[in-house]
Amino acid sequence: MDEPACYSGNSSCIFWILKNRYVGFKSFCFKKSLWVFHFGGASCNNCDIEILDCLTPRYDLLVGSIRHADVLLVNGSINMRDRDRLIEIYNQAPKPILVVAIGACGCTGGIFAEGNTFAGPVDKIIPVDAYIPGCPPKPEAIIAGLVKLVNSSNPFKRDK
Amino acid sequence: MSKKFLIPIGPYHPLQEEPELFKLYCEGEIVKDIKWETGYNHRGIEKLSESKTYDQVFFLVERICGICSTSHPFAFANAVEEICRIEVPDRAKYIRSIIGELERIHSHLLWVGLAGHFLGYNTVFMWAWKYREPVLDLFEMITGNRNSYAMFKVGGVRRDIEAAKIPAIRKVLAEVKKKTDLLTGAVMDDPVIHARTKGVGILTKEDILDYGAVGPTARASGVAIDVRKDDPYAAYPLVNWKVITAEEGDVFAKAKVRLLEMYESISIIEQCLDGLLKEKEGDIAVKVKNIPEGMGTGRAEAPRGEVFHCVFSDGSNSPARHKIRAPSYVNIATFKKSCIGQSISDATISLAAVDPCYCCTERMAVAYDISTGKRIMNGAEILKASAEKTREIMSKLK
Amino acid sequence: MTTEEIITGLKEKFGPEITDTIRRNEKRYVVSINPGALLKVADYLYREAGCRFIIATALHTKRGFEIHYHFSKDATGLVLNIHVVLSHEKPQIESLSNMFNASNWIEREMHELFGIDFLNHPNQEKLISEGNWAEGVYPYRKDFKKN
Repeated sequence: MDEPACYSGNSSCIFWILKNRYVGFKSFCFKKSLWVFHFGGASCNNCDIEILDCLTPRYDLLVGSIRHADVLLVNGSINMRDRDRLIEIYNQAPKPILVVAIGACGCTGGIFAEGNTFAGPVDKIIPVDAYIPGCPPKPEAIIAGLVKLVNSSNPFKRDK
Repeated sequence: MSKKFLIPIGPYHPLQEEPELFKLYCEGEIVKDIKWETGYNHRGIEKLSESKTYDQVFFLVERICGICSTSHPFAFANAVEEICRIEVPDRAKYIRSIIGELERIHSHLLWVGLAGHFLGYNTVFMWAWKYREPVLDLFEMITGNRNSYAMFKVGGVRRDIEAAKIPAIRKVLAEVKKKTDLLTGAVMDDPVIHARTKGVGILTKEDILDYGAVGPTARASGVAIDVRKDDPYAAYPLVNWKVITAEEGDVFAKAKVRLLEMYESISIIEQCLDGLLKEKEGDIAVKVKNIPEGMGTGRAEAPRGEVFHCVFSDGSNSPARHKIRAPSYVNIATFKKSCIGQSISDATISLAAVDPCYCCTERMAVAYDISTGKRIMNGAEILKASAEKTREIMSKLK
Repeated sequence: MTTEEIITGLKEKFGPEITDTIRRNEKRYVVSINPGALLKVADYLYREAGCRFIIATALHTKRGFEIHYHFSKDATGLVLNIHVVLSHEKPQIESLSNMFNASNWIEREMHELFGIDFLNHPNQEKLISEGNWAEGVYPYRKDFKKN
């Protein structure tokens, strides 16, 4: 994958140009601003950092506010205390919203699924549209997964 | 066939809706008291460990914290090898130290980036995290993964570092050295950073001893403790290096200690690579048939300080009890001393200076008025106040 | 103080309170004491011997609730474990947190996980259990069944 280029449009928008073999023909159906919000559960932070790594010059993906979000990234094995927060965040999100479970913990609870405070995985708490496994998934995988979801023929498979 | 695709992405809003991890009670601009709420990250790891075999525990503990990922298997291996009364081959010691020091480098770079972010220097954030990438690529080359390396096992390491890989490692180290020079110069000589970090978030020697704080947090206050020197393990007694300290105990001192430590790490790795070339390839572990009954305490110097593992074995395949103490556990508690009396705009950098795990650092502070109990600033606003203070100082110095 | 001096000092000052001493090697000792002597021993280690409190490990065994208080003498690399055994029915011991802050959080955590009472603790309130498990439930006790 080529190094993505970026430039600052105005103070409220960053454009990301990506040359990617996952990009399909229906790419231009979803030509609006993609506002991505990140929720980190009980995690080791590897996924959080790889998500943030998408912010840095090599990858270039930014996150917004939940009230304007189109995509909710969730990682971490959700414990009891996080579960209530996650539900609250999901309720605050404008619908429709795409939910992406990131990392082994987000997808299945990973190595912490047998822990005594485990309340997840994410799809037990809120509906999930895509899973990006890995421990952690590389930034390229996160971006590729997001692009694949956005470009799929019906990203919002659920009725909202 | 590849197509060009345009995805416009929205603006950056740091985790606005996060719950309050640090509640700052303020009188006007000054922080008078702090309450800390936690439990969001509790995963019951110590109990989980009892249901895993010793081999599996390594995979569990390296996911306690992604940044100090290797330090936990390191300390756990030291604890179990103490129970078994075995010593690993010299080659394994060198490899363990190389991984540990590479981790220190990438962790300190990560911290420098975050500190820049909290001060409002987002360029520093971008640079530091960009300079981290070659180190993560190196990890991928040596271990197969950018994070969570699965290199440790009881008795040694799981993968060798072949001679053919060594030139690539040296090349990245040379690059990192140059970038560290750049960052160090930028931080140490910048009058704005001096103004924002000198005299801020001070911890005295007495505070350090009272809280049992460790790592760069302690060393920046003149308490020269470092597990690698005090209770040597792996290859640290086999190579030459020095413990970096400072006296002032403020945020600047903590930054200085971390930056200068990176040079020591680079030197340690270089010497370990020389050592590897002298040892026989492939001799990376001793065979361990079973873990006898007993108790072992293992420590390692993580980027944040001493990691401590205490393992009780009952002779079976799983630990009977596994106590884990990460350095942030004792370091974060010092916020009572370093943040009270500071202004709200200095609160984030004072909190970040002890380098708590990123997770804790990002879910940051919320400020309340101490007399009315009303919320006056959320996390994003506190960050903004910090960035504004930096801009103010910049314009005054022009 | 050297390691030998610290151990000798312990034996001289607290001989009758020491129930066992195990030397694993020159840097690892376990000294078992009567719970009532904890404050005096900790005071000696912290103030006179210049030791640092690392952390405490609690276990639930057939003997009762055992706690290992881990102290480090950084200058010599010594890890000295002060070991106490508390009763099954009413596990309680004096808190160290009035002497130093380093033990404050771990005593609260041991209280939440094992139900051990730390007498005169300055603020024995919840640390990690809020929202994660109910009051009166002690997940790390051995008779705990996950439902």
